[in-house]
Amino acid sequence: MTFNQDSLKNDRSQDWRVELRNIIKNKDRLKLQRVRMNEVDAEKRVQSYVEVNSGLTAEQAVNEAQRCLDCANPTCISGCPVEINIPAFIKNIERKDFLEAAKTLKLTSSLPAVCGRVCPQEKQCEANCFYTIKMKTEPVAIGFLERFAADYERESNQISVPATATANGIKVACIGSGPASLTCAGELAKLGYSVTVFEALHEIGGVLKYGIPEFRLPNKIVDVEIDVLKQMGVQFETNFIVGKTATINDLREEGYVAFFAGSGAGLPRFMEIPGENYIGILSSNEYLTRVNLMNAASPYTDTPVICGLNVAVIGGGNTAMDSVRTAKRLGAKRAMIVYRRSMDEMPARIEEIHHAQEEGIEFLTLTNPIEYFSDEKGCLKQMRVQKMGLGEPDASGRRRPVEIEGSEYLIDVDTVIVSVGVSPNPIIPNSLPNLKMTRWKTIEVNEETLQSSIPDIFAGGDIVRGGATVILAMGDGRKAAASMNNYIQNIKTK
Amino acid sequence: MNKIVKKEIFSENVIKLVIDAPRIAKARKAGHFVMVRNGADGERIPLTIAGSDPVKGTIDLVIQKVGVSSRKITSLNVGDYVTDLVGPLGEATHIEKVGTVLACGGGVGVAPLLPIVEAYKKAGNRVVTILAARNKDLIILEPQIREFSDEVIIMTDDGSYGTKGLVTDGIESVVAKEKIDMAITIGPAVMMKFASRVTKKYNIPTIASLNTIMVDGTGMCGACRVTVGGKTKFVCIDGPEFNAHEVDFDEMLLRLSGYRELEKKADDNYLSKH
Repeated sequence: MTFNQDSLKNDRSQDWRVELRNIIKNKDRLKLQRVRMNEVDAEKRVQSYVEVNSGLTAEQAVNEAQRCLDCANPTCISGCPVEINIPAFIKNIERKDFLEAAKTLKLTSSLPAVCGRVCPQEKQCEANCFYTIKMKTEPVAIGFLERFAADYERESNQISVPATATANGIKVACIGSGPASLTCAGELAKLGYSVTVFEALHEIGGVLKYGIPEFRLPNKIVDVEIDVLKQMGVQFETNFIVGKTATINDLREEGYVAFFAGSGAGLPRFMEIPGENYIGILSSNEYLTRVNLMNAASPYTDTPVICGLNVAVIGGGNTAMDSVRTAKRLGAKRAMIVYRRSMDEMPARIEEIHHAQEEGIEFLTLTNPIEYFSDEKGCLKQMRVQKMGLGEPDASGRRRPVEIEGSEYLIDVDTVIVSVGVSPNPIIPNSLPNLKMTRWKTIEVNEETLQSSIPDIFAGGDIVRGGATVILAMGDGRKAAASMNNYIQNIKTK
Repeated sequence: MNKIVKKEIFSENVIKLVIDAPRIAKARKAGHFVMVRNGADGERIPLTIAGSDPVKGTIDLVIQKVGVSSRKITSLNVGDYVTDLVGPLGEATHIEKVGTVLACGGGVGVAPLLPIVEAYKKAGNRVVTILAARNKDLIILEPQIREFSDEVIIMTDDGSYGTKGLVTDGIESVVAKEKIDMAITIGPAVMMKFASRVTKKYNIPTIASLNTIMVDGTGMCGACRVTVGGKTKFVCIDGPEFNAHEVDFDEMLLRLSGYRELEKKADDNYLSKH
């Protein structure tokens, strides 16, 4: 469902919304201060995997909701990749109908408790809030409120399961079980399709499970959202690699009429610098998978993990922050971010950077590793880094890092986690020689429909975007579901 | 969950499990591997498929007890279930008619070698197979290998069976007698290192099937990376087979030892309780 301007207006002119707007004058709303998220103290939280943010109280949420002016032209929505009706859910919080707020979120977002925690709101909805644009002040805390509504619903044990159309018996497949695929599956289930999600790993959730740590996104929250999909009739097959366990052709023969490839960007990049294969140097994917998916830090599990004392994480994205903060929790005395640009260009969410700083993470910016050194057993002991300056902006719009000659120096490290990006997973493309790919090895799709060069295969999320965010993947999942529905209805009428 | 339908004990430390996995049995080819996890707290480990029965829908895994995970999996019995099993993974062996193929299997590496020997034989090649192990008890699958080999040479370190000597001695003896068009080697990394050193001396194109540390087995983690021809490759998706003469076996040996202390501690702990 897309909210067109008319339906937004109708919603806004409902009596209760009008009444709410009249209770508090805008000039009084504007005087209210943005809420501060309740957090577990940094010294305490690094001793465990407790979630850092503990959420808002109902009172805090209602007060924050009062800041929202319920604008006639809600620009915030344009910043949301899944077009959540933001004023509607916030006003429901203001009138203390928290369950209705959650329902509003779920009209367009299949994972609100996840988005409320991991979306870069400061670049999306909150960047487009009236307060940010017109008042040049702190936006309404849309992300915190989203999380509040979703958490309230979950904890109330009155979780609403979105309505599904009468089952049409048409089989569709979603490949991968990360945010893109889960969203696509949910949307298709709402339309009455018989949806199966195929997952390569033994757990459902993709990057939400293996990538994002417990202290930022507890697994039980992901599981609750998956459970809603199950209640909507979505089937899940774990330990199933489409392209290997069965081919797309096998699945076509089994009756699947359309496919969504959301298999992600599961191929870590390395820097190809000398010594990068020494023991103690690993990808953030490996490190986080061991700790998050395999629970390797627990003494009761069989998967080992290296608990380094001097840990450097190379990169400045969310995954780098997740890795370095995990290292701190695994006992690192010195946990560093080594990033080749400056703090201003750092792509991680601002909140994650703040949290990392509070937890004592060191930031070595404008610094780039150029070589690693090991002891006689092949174990990493030092890295040589080079200082960088910033030149002209490059294709990404960020200023290009430039090497400063003669600035090299050594840092003692026993563990390095390389977090410099990921490439698309090649398993699906390799199994489909006719599938058109881009030169970045992502699947080429029609931007409007997300249809690939093979008509019954649609794709979205990181397998199309390279490395992006949870919410952009979800936006793709939603868009692809609509296109798949059109495609299937068209072939049916032919 | 996949049911174990048959269990054979090859030796004290080497066990064969036949596991119900109809899709994998149908899809797998020589050279493929699977990832196996046993128990909710289990580790994911890669195991090369030794054979399959697509009609019965089963695959064969031959597992050597080397640590906690392999001990746990080999302790399962007929009727038990493996918690997770996924595959087939990796690129299949490229099979073609080349003339005479020399297949070198070391220890438990003979198991994944078997389907490759079979495929080369069926493609019309002459196949000479060397089975090498520390002693007679560790020579496995000899009758099955004989079925698809024109000649089989047994080498044992202690001379308790076949000829006393290493796999390299076996290779030298074959090369002295006939022209070999290509070689394939599967076994411990150190055995493959020395086997491929000998074949390189005689300019025999050689494939090695590598068994490295993996977490997911689908390209995601990069734990399995090796240097081949100066470039970093992932064993799980680029391999498991590579040009043996380009593999940096010394680096691979170091990387295999990356978790040795933790593995040893866990294994001692497990053995003290079982």
